[in-house]
Amino acid sequence: MLTMKAHDNRHSHGPHSEQRLTQGSKKIVLVGNPNVGKSVFFGYLTGIYTDVSNYPGTTVEIARGNWREHTILDTPGIYGVSSFNDEEMVARDIILDADIILNIVDSTHLERDLFLTQQLIDMGKPVVVALNFFDEVEKSGISIDVNLLHELLGVDVIPTTAIAQKGVDQVSRALLETRPGRQNPELHSRLHQMLATVGSQAEALMILEGDTYVAERHGVLALDERDDIYIDRRNRVNDILQHVVCDNRPESSFRHLLGRAVVNPISGVPILFAVLYAMYKIIGVWVAGDIVGITEETIMQGRYEPWIRSVVSGTVSPESVIGQILIGDFGLLTMTITYLLGLLLPLVLGFYLILAILEDSGYLPRLATLVDRLMTTVGLNGRAVIPIILGFGCVQLGTITTRLLATNREKSIATVLLNFAIPCSAQIGVIAGMLAALGGKMMALYIAIIFTVLAVAGTILNKTIPGKSSALLIDLPPMRLPRIENVARKTLTRSFFFMREAYPWFFLGSFIVALLQVSGGLTVWQKLLTPLTEGWLQIPKEAATAFVMGLVRRDFGAAGLTELAMSPMQVVTSLIVITLFVPCIASLMILFKERGSREALMVWAGSWVAAFMVGGIFSQIMI
Amino acid sequence: MCLSEVKKGQRVSIVAISDANIRTQFIRFGISEGSLIKCLEKIPFGPLMILHHRQEIAVGQEVAKNILVNGEC
Repeated sequence: MLTMKAHDNRHSHGPHSEQRLTQGSKKIVLVGNPNVGKSVFFGYLTGIYTDVSNYPGTTVEIARGNWREHTILDTPGIYGVSSFNDEEMVARDIILDADIILNIVDSTHLERDLFLTQQLIDMGKPVVVALNFFDEVEKSGISIDVNLLHELLGVDVIPTTAIAQKGVDQVSRALLETRPGRQNPELHSRLHQMLATVGSQAEALMILEGDTYVAERHGVLALDERDDIYIDRRNRVNDILQHVVCDNRPESSFRHLLGRAVVNPISGVPILFAVLYAMYKIIGVWVAGDIVGITEETIMQGRYEPWIRSVVSGTVSPESVIGQILIGDFGLLTMTITYLLGLLLPLVLGFYLILAILEDSGYLPRLATLVDRLMTTVGLNGRAVIPIILGFGCVQLGTITTRLLATNREKSIATVLLNFAIPCSAQIGVIAGMLAALGGKMMALYIAIIFTVLAVAGTILNKTIPGKSSALLIDLPPMRLPRIENVARKTLTRSFFFMREAYPWFFLGSFIVALLQVSGGLTVWQKLLTPLTEGWLQIPKEAATAFVMGLVRRDFGAAGLTELAMSPMQVVTSLIVITLFVPCIASLMILFKERGSREALMVWAGSWVAAFMVGGIFSQIMI
Repeated sequence: MCLSEVKKGQRVSIVAISDANIRTQFIRFGISEGSLIKCLEKIPFGPLMILHHRQEIAVGQEVAKNILVNGEC
């Protein structure tokens, strides 16, 4: 057992232990577990001018900004430094390259978070520890002896409540005067030999902990001391905690009861339905109806489009090829801009707002737990509920979010399900309207069929895609009331980055469709589909137009159906087809980018087949 | 027995974790061999919600099957 004493060897490191940063630009890296408020610190230090880009060779996004003469880098939330997944590898490489580490920990979760802190200290990097959410600690009846923690770790430890800007000034001051902390003395001697070979303590530690990637870079074999080192570190952290934390909280509070109630299926399922209903009211009715009614129809189509048409037609004839591409029905300056700003932006904001609230309240990981069993039947684990929920907003939003799934297999399955059978919010509005007119029976029929398709498609994928999906293992942070500032910040930054990523694909997609229209390709396509519509699906041939429109925008497709005179069964048939039909062209572009051309083409071709097959069989039986 | 067989409300101690990656992830959560945990909730055929000190963790079935625990204690 390690002995922890208040006096330490901080001053025995010699003259190099205190690193003054008066000259030269340093790389300061923010490191922490997921959801500890790293982004708030990042925002505080760098201001609004940040640059987010994918880490080379991965889909992991890294934010970079400047503070004074230094570079600030954010890293994905991790529980430890190693190579279990893309996020960890990216974080590991950035950390290995860091000059100074700002480690943000959740003070209400020191047991979990200090493990990473001690590992960072063991790496020999100068560290500043921010004890975030300290206000909650003070309120909850836990007491943390900050001075003792500082002495035991050997680095600056600063209580903060970043969202209220408390303690952040002290953190930035501490960053200018950092030092490496107290390492485990036993580990230190083990490190010694490897240090001589690879020249960096941090990398030596990674090799000792069995990181094959780092070992390979240095041409040595990774050692297998991970379990030993981890357990020692764990014991050390537990020992520190015993000295530093005094927990006087009552065992059971409302929060804990609520936290369990949402996971227990008996209470959790009704709560889930209530949450979904609230989401439907907020997004489906309020945002997609009222807000979009103003932004798309009144502002964009009522004011913006006539204005841009009159401006452009001053120099270009609206009937010319260029005129049609710019300001025609599918024009880049008319439909595309209207769609992006009038329809997509409000929806994306709405969905990210809901996501941020669900995330910050601690509900989302519990929802993932509740639905885990259901998801495993289609080869996913509970975490996949996040991209699926977002997919109901916009398929592209969901597709991009599949990045958070652990294996490629899961990413493929989730992407296919999203692009196949999840109707996006633009479409849901129109579909719900048409079904509502037909009554509850038809609506139930439609929902049952779409669910069956989802389940069947997922099961087939799960059986056919080789490999194994990862199982659920997540921590469940306490339920807390989300902070408005934090929710607003997340919503705005995520929406911004999504829009930035999506808009070029919208323009490209619209451009392709505009070309098809100008060249007469659309009409040809429409004619080609007629035998399928009238013969096989037994719906009016004009429905073909709607399907073609569905290639461009899924809600256009659905909206095109509202004008046709059809029997209730014909309506259900056509809605099944339009739901399962190919993703809109912008989603297709994102699909290509995220999943590669082979998979994207398979999904696209597959949804043609699935849509007409399922729709046709339904029609042959029911009509 | 396996963690997957633990019932709601039961307290058990961890005996062994067979999968190296799962073992590492548990150590990070602060759970290693000998740790005491309590099963807070169990979803039929699904994941368990366990409590270790003050922290709640969701453990999927496939993970729980890899974990050997010691019954009543």
